[in-house]
Amino acid sequence: MSWFKRKSEGITTKTEEKKETPDGLWNKCPSCKKVLHNSEQVENKYVCHHCGYHIRIGSKQYFEVLFDNNEFTELFSNLTSGDPLHFVDSKKYTDRIIETMAKTGLKDAIRAGVGKIEGQDLVIACMDFEFIGGSMGSVVGEKIARSIDYSLKNKIPFLMISKSGGARMMEAAFSLMQMAKTSAKLALLAEAKIPYVSLLTDPTTGGVTASYAMLGDINISEPGAMIGFAGPRVIKETIKKDLPKGFQSAEFVKEHGFLDFIVDRREMKAKIASFLRIVSNN
Amino acid sequence: MKPTFDFEKPISILMEELEKVKLAQEKTKVDFSATIREIEAKIDQTQHNVYNNLTGWQKVQMSRHPERPQTLDYIEMMCEDFIELHGDRTVKDDKAIVGGFATIEGKPVMIIGHQKGKNTKERQYRNFGMANPEGYRKALRLMKLAEKFKVPVICLIDTMGAYPGLEAEERGQGEAIARNLLEMSVLKVPVLCFIVGEGASGGALGIGIGDKVYMFEYSWYSVISPESCSSILWRSWDHKEKAADALKLTAEDMLKNKLIDGIVKEPLGGAQNAPDQMAATLKAQILTDLDELGKKKIEKLITERIDKFSSMGVVNEH
Ligand SMILES: [Zn+2]
Repeated sequence: MSWFKRKSEGITTKTEEKKETPDGLWNKCPSCKKVLHNSEQVENKYVCHHCGYHIRIGSKQYFEVLFDNNEFTELFSNLTSGDPLHFVDSKKYTDRIIETMAKTGLKDAIRAGVGKIEGQDLVIACMDFEFIGGSMGSVVGEKIARSIDYSLKNKIPFLMISKSGGARMMEAAFSLMQMAKTSAKLALLAEAKIPYVSLLTDPTTGGVTASYAMLGDINISEPGAMIGFAGPRVIKETIKKDLPKGFQSAEFVKEHGFLDFIVDRREMKAKIASFLRIVSNN
Repeated sequence: MKPTFDFEKPISILMEELEKVKLAQEKTKVDFSATIREIEAKIDQTQHNVYNNLTGWQKVQMSRHPERPQTLDYIEMMCEDFIELHGDRTVKDDKAIVGGFATIEGKPVMIIGHQKGKNTKERQYRNFGMANPEGYRKALRLMKLAEKFKVPVICLIDTMGAYPGLEAEERGQGEAIARNLLEMSVLKVPVLCFIVGEGASGGALGIGIGDKVYMFEYSWYSVISPESCSSILWRSWDHKEKAADALKLTAEDMLKNKLIDGIVKEPLGGAQNAPDQMAATLKAQILTDLDELGKKKIEKLITERIDKFSSMGVVNEH
């Protein structure tokens, strides 16, 4: 079963849609195609103020949206990918990693940080789809495991922001075992009764859905996010039927009982902070 | 003898030759015993040559042999008693995963495993061993039952993957597997897992968190099947051999990469050639491990289980 999808097109904006104008950067809303100025986007938490579309963003923007004054200490930033299987497809895995690092300025498909949200301590690990489709390899698993260890040690709640095409095929079974590793660590976090919020963003699929993303004390999402285990193409080929409209949308997943709520990104910080205040009040 | 796989052809050619000579001896009453012994020795040597040098893809083929024993066969051959238990208590009884209480040499165990089915009708009934969320939830219910009565859990894994269906998504395939990973890592009884055939990704891992995880000699275990890997990387199924090599999915590779705890040796030519012998080997392994694990404090066992999975992965730090 294929969890891994080739990275589809542009992550936030395609280069041709990003233009420099005298008053700064602007680009087009991928949904309504209206012009969005860069400064407005930051102000509006990367939600289109014309149509409410939630633009796909990465760890840098989520940290900015959530941490008070965008102040945080980055954790475990020195972890990078090994190549245990010496994997080669159209190029060597090691080359792919180096090229992706250069292109994105990221070290892998995840960053972690500790800071405050409305004055309360919080550890956040956030995936980056730009980095090989947000695929989960050893670095992703290890950073999540260490973030949970950090939460356990310092008794700080943990927020996981998932955004992933699933397993990283170039790490094969090593990638698979990251599901086991992260879930085992979450079992310890649960036993210590430290709050764990799982935010599933567009898209969250495959092995990520089948491990840490679905294990929150609360599982939450953003409007319109795609969330599923198997890819829609694989399902369609298996059942030989068309899929219903809205299949695997956050709204669909919530309706079937696997999400606690869907929150507009502009209200997200207040709602998460409010949840943390309630469960930490003892 | 008709070979099941191409790589078994040299063996079947020799076997046919042997049959011919034997027939000739019977008809002509001439003593061909020297020739017969010679061919038999050649067969033996060829079998060893073939089965000890299988490529990754050939092992994948072996793991899918239509006559390979499945969970219910092993239970039948290893256990004196078996009480099959059904249903997840929420939606239905998933036929792709079977399980229940059993005894092995008088020792109570909970055995849970995939069942693929042996003929077309059975395979459809078993959904080819591809479980829906109910299957994983039934497995978890049984494991919690085992925990309640302090009975060790044995999982036999053999699946092409968790079923990628519409209802499976509606009923939370991802959540069901995730929940099992979490719960199994802190289950308060010893857990033994055996990849007896195919170990495809989350569908396998969903009942695959154990104190000891073994692979049968001709099984495979990875994040994706070689066919799907080939179609994603090279846009066609033609490179499945290359994909099987790249994925390092054999028991040998998995052990070398410290992703499993051991390999269970199969009879010459595979489990289907001597199911009784295979079951006896499995049973002996289970008894040895239960004895060893039973001596440990459960808290220690759980810590070691979590530490083992936590150490899996290769990263650079600089
Ligand atoms: Zn818009």
